[in-house]
Amino acid sequence: MPAVVSGVAVAIVFQWIFNPELGLVNAILSYFGIKGPMWFASRQWALPTMILMSLWGVGGGTVIYLAGLQGVPTELYEAAELDGASAWQRLIHITIPITTPVIFFQLIMGLIGTFQTFTQAYVITNGGPANATLFYVLYLYRTGWQYFQMGYASSLAWVLFLIILCFTVILFRSSRHWVYYEAQSRG
Amino acid sequence: MADTAIPWYARKSTRETIGKNIVYIVLVALSLVVSMPFFWIISSSLKSEAEIFLFPPKWIPSRFLWRNYPEALTSFAFGRALKNTITITGTVIVGRLLSTSLAAFAFARLRFPLRNTLFMLVISTMMLPYQVTLIPSFILFYKLGWIDSFRPLTIPAFLGAAPFHIFLLRQFFLSVPMELDEAARLDGCSTWQIYWRIILPLSKPALATVIIFTFLEQWNDFLGPLIYLNSPEKHTLSIALNYFRTGAAYGPSKTWAHLMVVSLVVMTPCLLVFFFAQKYFIQGVVITGLKG
Repeated sequence: MPAVVSGVAVAIVFQWIFNPELGLVNAILSYFGIKGPMWFASRQWALPTMILMSLWGVGGGTVIYLAGLQGVPTELYEAAELDGASAWQRLIHITIPITTPVIFFQLIMGLIGTFQTFTQAYVITNGGPANATLFYVLYLYRTGWQYFQMGYASSLAWVLFLIILCFTVILFRSSRHWVYYEAQSRG
Repeated sequence: MADTAIPWYARKSTRETIGKNIVYIVLVALSLVVSMPFFWIISSSLKSEAEIFLFPPKWIPSRFLWRNYPEALTSFAFGRALKNTITITGTVIVGRLLSTSLAAFAFARLRFPLRNTLFMLVISTMMLPYQVTLIPSFILFYKLGWIDSFRPLTIPAFLGAAPFHIFLLRQFFLSVPMELDEAARLDGCSTWQIYWRIILPLSKPALATVIIFTFLEQWNDFLGPLIYLNSPEKHTLSIALNYFRTGAAYGPSKTWAHLMVVSLVVMTPCLLVFFFAQKYFIQGVVITGLKG
C-alpha cells in the first residue's frame, strides 16, 4: 500500500511546521499562552512528534474506510431504525461490525508499514536526538551502507521479518474473534 | 395538527437539523485542521526571509514573493532531477504493467502444473519486507556492475517483482467471465490474442489502479535511489530535495521559503493523482479482497 503523502517533501514540511521557534504549531500554542516543546529537537518529544506527523497521513486510510462504509447495506439501518435503535446503537451494532474487515485491513497495513519507517527518520532527525528516533530500518541502513556490515544488516532484516510475522500471525489469530465476514454467516 | 402544538425547539425535525448542523460544523473544523499544513506551506513559500522569521507568524504574506518559485527551482538541478524521476517512474510503470498482467493472466486463465503452488509462492513474498531482499539484491546488482545506474530500480519491474500487483490483477481477471475466452477461442483466437484483445481491454480499471499505485510509490521512493544512485547527475527528486535541504551538494543551505517551494512542487503531482484518481485507489483495495 502506498501512502499518498509520504517521502522527503512531506518530511521537510513537517520539520518546518514543528520548528520550535518559527513553526506553525508553536505559534498556535502561543496564542493560548502555552510555550510549545522543542518537538523534533527534544529527546522526550521527538518520537511523539513523529507519531503526530504520521497522523496527518490518515487521508489515504479515510478513503478506504469510505469504500467500506459504502458497502454497508442501507436496509440494515432502516430495519434498525424501525426497531427504535438510536444513532449510537446503529454505529455500535451495524456500522462497526460490518466494517471490521476494513479495520482489520488497515491494522495489518499500518503495522507492516510502520515497522518499515525510514524516510521521515532519515530526513528529519537522522535518528537523533540521542537515538530517540532511531527506527529499525534506519539502523539497518546505517549498518549496511554506512558501516558496511552487510552480513549483520542482512540478519537485522530477517529479524525484522520475524517480528512482523509474529505480529501479523497474532493479528490474524485474533481476527477470528472480532472480524465479521458476510460469507461465514451464510455458510 | 399535532405538530403545531409542539414548540419549534422540541420538534423532531428541528432537533435533527440542529444535530446535522453540529456534525457539519465539527467536520468543517476538522478538515480545516487537516488542511492547515497545506495552506501553511503555500503561505511560507511566498514569504520573504524577514517575514519567515516573524513571530507570531502571519498567515498572509504582506507581499507575495512569486519570484521565490523560479529562484528556488533554478538554484539546484531541479530539471535534471525531475527528468530522472519521470524516466524511472515511467519505465517502472510500463515494465510493471507488462510483467504483472502477464503473470496474473497465467495464474487466472491458464492451466499448468504447480500453478497454485507457484501462486502461493508469489503471494508469500508479499509478506517479506522490502528490507529483507534489499541487501541480497544490492549485492547482486553490485556484482552485475549496475550500481549508480537506473537499472536496479527499473529492470526488476519488467520481471514482475511486484506480488501485490500480480495478486490485484489476478483477482480482477478472475471476475472476467470465462465464456468470453471460450467464445474467442472458438473464433480462432490464440492465447496471446485472448490476453491482448479480451482480458486487457476489459481490465482497464484494474490496470489504472496498478498505474496509480506504482506512480505514487516510485515518485516518493527514497531508500532505493539513496542506495543505488551516487552521482548527482542521476539523482531523483527525493534525493535532490534532501541534498537541497542539507545544502550539501548544491551550495549553502537554502531558506525555508525556498524549501517550501520545492516541497510543494514535488508533492503536487501526488496530490493531483490522489484527488482525481481516488476511485481507482479505492478499487485497488476492494479488488484485493476487503470483502473476505
